[in-house]
Amino acid sequence: MDSVYFSEEHRMLGDQLRRFVDEEVRPNGESWEAAGRIPRAVLARMGELGFLGMRYPERYGGTALDTLASVVLAEELGRSGFGGFAITVLVHTDMASPHLARYGSPEQLERYLPQVIRGEAITAIGVTEPDAGSDVAALRTSAERSGNRGWVLNGAKTFITNGAQADLYFIAARTDPEAKGARGLSIFIVEKGAAGFTVARTLDKMGWRASDTAELVFEDCFVSSENLLGEESHGFYQIMDNFQNERTVMGAMAMGEAQRAIEITLDYVKTRKAFGGPLWDKQAIRNRLAMLAAKVEAGRQLVYHAAWLDAQGRDCVREVSMVKAYCGELVNEVMYACQQFHGGMGYMRESAIERMARDARIHSIGGGATEVMLEEVAKRLGH
Amino acid sequence: MKVLIPIKRVIDANVKVRVRGDGSGVETQNVKMAMNPFCEIAVEEAVRLKEAGLAEELIVISCGVTQCQETLRTGLAMGADRGILVETDAELEPLAVAKLLKAVVDKESPDLIILGKQSVDGDNNQTGQMLAALLGWPQGTFISKIEIKDSGSAITREVDGGLEMLEIKLPAVVTVDLRLNEPRYASLPNIMKAKKKPIETISPDALGVDVAPRVEILEVTEPPSRQAGIKVESVGELVDKLRNEAKVI
Ligand SMILES: Cc1cc2nc3c(=O)[nH]c(=O)nc-3n(C[C@H](O)[C@H](O)[C@H](O)COP(=O)(O)OP(=O)(O)OC[C@H]3O[C@@H](n4cnc5c(N)ncnc54)[C@H](O)[C@@H]3O)c2cc1C
Repeated sequence: MDSVYFSEEHRMLGDQLRRFVDEEVRPNGESWEAAGRIPRAVLARMGELGFLGMRYPERYGGTALDTLASVVLAEELGRSGFGGFAITVLVHTDMASPHLARYGSPEQLERYLPQVIRGEAITAIGVTEPDAGSDVAALRTSAERSGNRGWVLNGAKTFITNGAQADLYFIAARTDPEAKGARGLSIFIVEKGAAGFTVARTLDKMGWRASDTAELVFEDCFVSSENLLGEESHGFYQIMDNFQNERTVMGAMAMGEAQRAIEITLDYVKTRKAFGGPLWDKQAIRNRLAMLAAKVEAGRQLVYHAAWLDAQGRDCVREVSMVKAYCGELVNEVMYACQQFHGGMGYMRESAIERMARDARIHSIGGGATEVMLEEVAKRLGH
Repeated sequence: MKVLIPIKRVIDANVKVRVRGDGSGVETQNVKMAMNPFCEIAVEEAVRLKEAGLAEELIVISCGVTQCQETLRTGLAMGADRGILVETDAELEPLAVAKLLKAVVDKESPDLIILGKQSVDGDNNQTGQMLAALLGWPQGTFISKIEIKDSGSAITREVDGGLEMLEIKLPAVVTVDLRLNEPRYASLPNIMKAKKKPIETISPDALGVDVAPRVEILEVTEPPSRQAGIKVESVGELVDKLRNEAKVI
């Protein structure tokens, strides 16, 4: 993590995270994968250490750092080799709770943010629906006004990370059925256990098995007016705004995973012998790993640059979309080669690379599929 | 009570150490560095003394290159109050470090000095003992427990085959062993607070200490790589090889 973009506190944060991953995550990751969840005590411990409130004001218990701190967190958690653990945390810190921190009223911040930072209230973001994924503007969950007191939500959300275990949900719904597409959306804070809100089922996934992903159903779910998050009908823009942070973080996480994969593969090919020597002596393998290491290094630097642009408050949509497309594909390329060089062992459930290859697949799909990201880049080419 | 905690910047314990191409030493360029694990234990113990109301001021000190500031900063993030960097690019041997520390002790007059029993790079296990000798202070080495009492301090040392309980008068020098405690994480809020804590920089010259090495390193080599194992056909062959080749029975 030696880079012009980082300051001493970023590096110290990285050191502490690396130790946390070594001591708390790697020894327990397998059992979390089997259980399909991360123990709440682990998240609370991360809260205690200040890892969950890095971006938020000190007044609420945070440390007011910038996008680069999120990148350090995501890269180190990605390096754990347990994507399901990493995403549980990162959805909370960088994909869901930023909606509250950015758009919450003083009362909402006071009420919720300290618990979010302590890891006592875990958050989820509900945008995707059975019939609307990449095309966010097509979402259909409705919020109808119920007098002056609030709103009534009806609809379903799917693929929601932390869906079964969150305490606070930020739910996108259509508040203006007349307005076209993007314009009529708003976001609501829905608390766990709200009447009319149920977790329909937890989904069984290819990877990220330690992370819970659920389908949510809203049937005449009443939400009070105080729980409208941000401005009415501005939901789409709030979502788009936060995508930049979310995608940068996904890119950093992917590059952390890729580094870890190369590291364990290096160890493997240096000890595994075939045809009279270690596999590492084969130029075909050395060259391929060296090139992948170069690409990952390039990916990391692009992530850092995009994060820096964001931290400077500059427009970074083009760079962030590049990050999401490039890193999401690259991590899969790396996993494919690393699994290949593990031979039959790489196909066995007991090898880390098998899990990591499964975990990586989502990177080119979730939070902005590669094709969608490349469209964003294409629109911004040539000027 | 004022506590001084000397800490060292070493190659991170998770890094696979490589010998430099010319055999002059171990490669430290572009290698991740960290606080010596025994020094972390020393800082932790000092912070616990402060938390228990037994110590008022904790000073971390490091001797070496500018980057030792990072190590000091970590000590500050763990809970020390201020730092001192004795800045020099010279390769420092334990005796030189002990002399530098003595000079600082003469200025600061701490009541207790807590060091790691050794650093994981040189494995010398000398600095604490030399410092105690130079100061003429009592010392307790390899401690696994420390209690501060009115009369001084009660310590438990790890020795071959058991534990040794001692009482020593303060001021004293103690060096800590692995089992004393488990060092805490530096939480992010504490990392931010550490930025505001002072680090004073002084030079060996200003302390009037000659740090020239007394030992000449002739060559550093990698440990020999392990030979591949063999399979024996019978117990007889095994015994024969153990007796006649390995000569262990
Ligand atoms: C494990 C997991 C966790 C998730 N967590 C969350 C969460 O917490 N909250 C949340 O709201 N959502 C979440 N999602 C949803 C995720 O963001 C969506 O799956 C993603 O945006 C893609 O939407 P979709 O699945 O509807 O695919 P679709 O939109 O149906 O697209 C299918 C495929 O078509 C291609 N495609 C789509 N659009 C274009 C285009 N314009 N041009 C060319 N090709 C295109 C892409 O290859 C894409 O993969 C999660 C998904 C998964 C799998």
